[in-house]
Amino acid sequence: MSSYPRFSVSRRQLVRGLLATGAFGATSHLWTGCSSQTKAPGADNATPASSTASLVMGVIYVGPKDDYGWNQAHAEGAAGLSSLAGIKVVEEANVPETTAAAETMRSMIVQDGAQVLFPTSFGYFDPHILALAKEFPEVQFLHCGTLFEEGTHPTNVGSYFGFIDEAYYVAGIVAAHTSKTGKLGFVMAKPIPRIVRTLNSWMLGARSVNPDATTQLIITGAWTDPVKEAEAVNSMADQGVDVVTCNVDNAKVVMETAEKRGIFCSGNGVNQSAVAPKGYLTGAEWDWTGVYTSYAKLMQEGKTLMNQGIPHLYLGGLGDNFVKLSPYGAPVGEAAKADADRAKAGLIDGSLVVYQGEIKDNTGAVVIPAGTEYKPGHPELEKMDWLVAGVQGQITG
Amino acid sequence: MKLRWPMTLMPRWRSLLEQLLIPAGAVIVALLLFGGLCALEGHNPLAVYASIYRAAFGSWFAWQNTLVRSAPLMLSALCTVLPARLGLIVIGNEGALVLGGLLAAVTGLALAQVPSTLGLLAMALAGMATGGLWIMLIGALRHFRGVNETISSLLLNYVAIAFLNHMVEGPWRDPSSLNQPSTYPLPTALSLGSFPASRIHYGLLYGLLACAIAHVLIQRTTFGFAVRAVGGNRRAARMVGLSPGKLTLVICFLAGSCAGLAGMVEVAAVHGRANGTLHSNYGYASILVAFVAKQSPLAVVLVSMLLGGILASGSLLQRAHDMPDATVMVLQGLIFLVILYSESLYGQIPWFQEQRQAADDRAAIASTPTLPPTPQPSGELHL
Repeated sequence: MSSYPRFSVSRRQLVRGLLATGAFGATSHLWTGCSSQTKAPGADNATPASSTASLVMGVIYVGPKDDYGWNQAHAEGAAGLSSLAGIKVVEEANVPETTAAAETMRSMIVQDGAQVLFPTSFGYFDPHILALAKEFPEVQFLHCGTLFEEGTHPTNVGSYFGFIDEAYYVAGIVAAHTSKTGKLGFVMAKPIPRIVRTLNSWMLGARSVNPDATTQLIITGAWTDPVKEAEAVNSMADQGVDVVTCNVDNAKVVMETAEKRGIFCSGNGVNQSAVAPKGYLTGAEWDWTGVYTSYAKLMQEGKTLMNQGIPHLYLGGLGDNFVKLSPYGAPVGEAAKADADRAKAGLIDGSLVVYQGEIKDNTGAVVIPAGTEYKPGHPELEKMDWLVAGVQGQITG
Repeated sequence: MKLRWPMTLMPRWRSLLEQLLIPAGAVIVALLLFGGLCALEGHNPLAVYASIYRAAFGSWFAWQNTLVRSAPLMLSALCTVLPARLGLIVIGNEGALVLGGLLAAVTGLALAQVPSTLGLLAMALAGMATGGLWIMLIGALRHFRGVNETISSLLLNYVAIAFLNHMVEGPWRDPSSLNQPSTYPLPTALSLGSFPASRIHYGLLYGLLACAIAHVLIQRTTFGFAVRAVGGNRRAARMVGLSPGKLTLVICFLAGSCAGLAGMVEVAAVHGRANGTLHSNYGYASILVAFVAKQSPLAVVLVSMLLGGILASGSLLQRAHDMPDATVMVLQGLIFLVILYSESLYGQIPWFQEQRQAADDRAAIASTPTLPPTPQPSGELHL
């Protein structure tokens, strides 16, 4: 026993090691040829729900359905769907972006007979949706985002997304009007383009009525981090910020903390006025009911992604009812309402474009030259990695 | 009793039954409690049971669903199991997993040109080395500086996750991954395949192999004996010439390399790249697996499958019974609480004890009749 702790390699250990390596090699590649030809879906569990007249739609959420944010907005849209005749909705919440997502989609297709799936989280797309779409070419996969690329992705996949930054622009106007200090705050989950864009639109809206307004940016780094979100609001309130908004998965904590500190807040995702009855000004809300309903109607007419009856990219803003604003709260004055309503009307009829040159970033560099305008669907906006003038903070690549 | 068992087998048979029936009974009690809750909520408990069974183990389709979910748990649980045999409570599984996955992905990208078997082997080694070194760091802090390994491993999880996010959102980011920051995608040649005619990837095989190897290592080798000796009594082990420091470092490295391999499997079999989704709580779930499995590598396999089945049935409970998504958490919590409670029943039920007691008595009479039964250390070691 005392001779034990010597870590030299004996012949026996060498043989063991070689065996293990061999086993690894055998498993890792010998059968890849077979694995690509997947078996007919659910052949062994047969009987997919009989395809009656009803259209079965599956909706998948990454978190709980009552999260005061992203998932709740989709759940409200799905609730609108299930009231339609001839539509059956199956739902599953709290599905992580792992193999669990693939298993849920597969079960919805095989066990519930779903012909259309709405997996609503960004991370579901690659690899899970792409893999399942190849395996089930007759099922339509509609993903919330802008990730679909013509030619690269299967034809039974589509993307839908709303230009929620238009609603942030209007909310920014309301915020700048209501703020006494001119200091606004923004709590951000992750500095990715679609989130940065909401901040920039908010700031542009605010500066359109108060050119001296500033926005303090705090990035939490996580989609949900209640502790950091509360800390962010507290520290901004300490610095004299009197209106905060956010773009995180659920805005409840930000709204609650703002209300507790006696400052104003502007919502994100769904209507959060119940959480902050005194200080809630307005909010940039998703409005998926209309989107889901129009998909359902098109499909009941027999149109699909595959027969080109439904566009693969379905995008819209305030004018197309993809997004909306929460009803104005009590603190919002008449001047603010008038300016906000005017901007809203302009965005709806297209006479107002948020990203119209000349726009400088917060280091003074021109990012959109004079005379150039980027309409909401412009690809340049999808790559946004700068902060507009007036934002205090920075994002690094 | 007419049937006569050989004298030595009889008590073993009873205790084996005890080992099997107590956990099984615990699961049944938990299901009864859960059924009661379902009935309170207005759902027919029998229909709910039928759904749970159907979704988890009722068909090949369901089995695949269960096994796919349990694969990462097996590897990752070993990260807690192995150090536990040495008397350390390490819960750094999540950190070792995400770092292993990240480094495996980067290695795969760097070796995109080499033959795929070599590339996958290199990825696996990179994942194992990274995870291993990460947990070895925890072991070293414990041994040399006396830092509590539970706290340090828990806190280092946050460091690892932050590092993962920093690297995939910064230096190692594929610039075209705009709204889902990720590394560049791995070439398809470097994807870990699935078992023929199934959707279960080879990660399951690695999990089963790792658990089997860990079992042999702990129970059948001098190394394992030494580990259990240190786990049983560190000072006594040192007095007989074992080196707890070396053993701590080695066992922590092995533990971390299992979790790191789990990360490599997630990258190579599921995601095809590294990004923030690597942190999806497999590491945390597997701590539960390790404790419910009472730190036994073989039991880890069964408990992982049980947890996989619970997760799989949670899906059907939502879809077929319109139950809230938290239902599966309630079921999981009930099962694990009752199993943990049932541990206090070992040795308390007379029927399981009778024969052993008789056999013990006979053995005792042979030597010293008045010697009281000595409590044994967890490592079943007699020094």
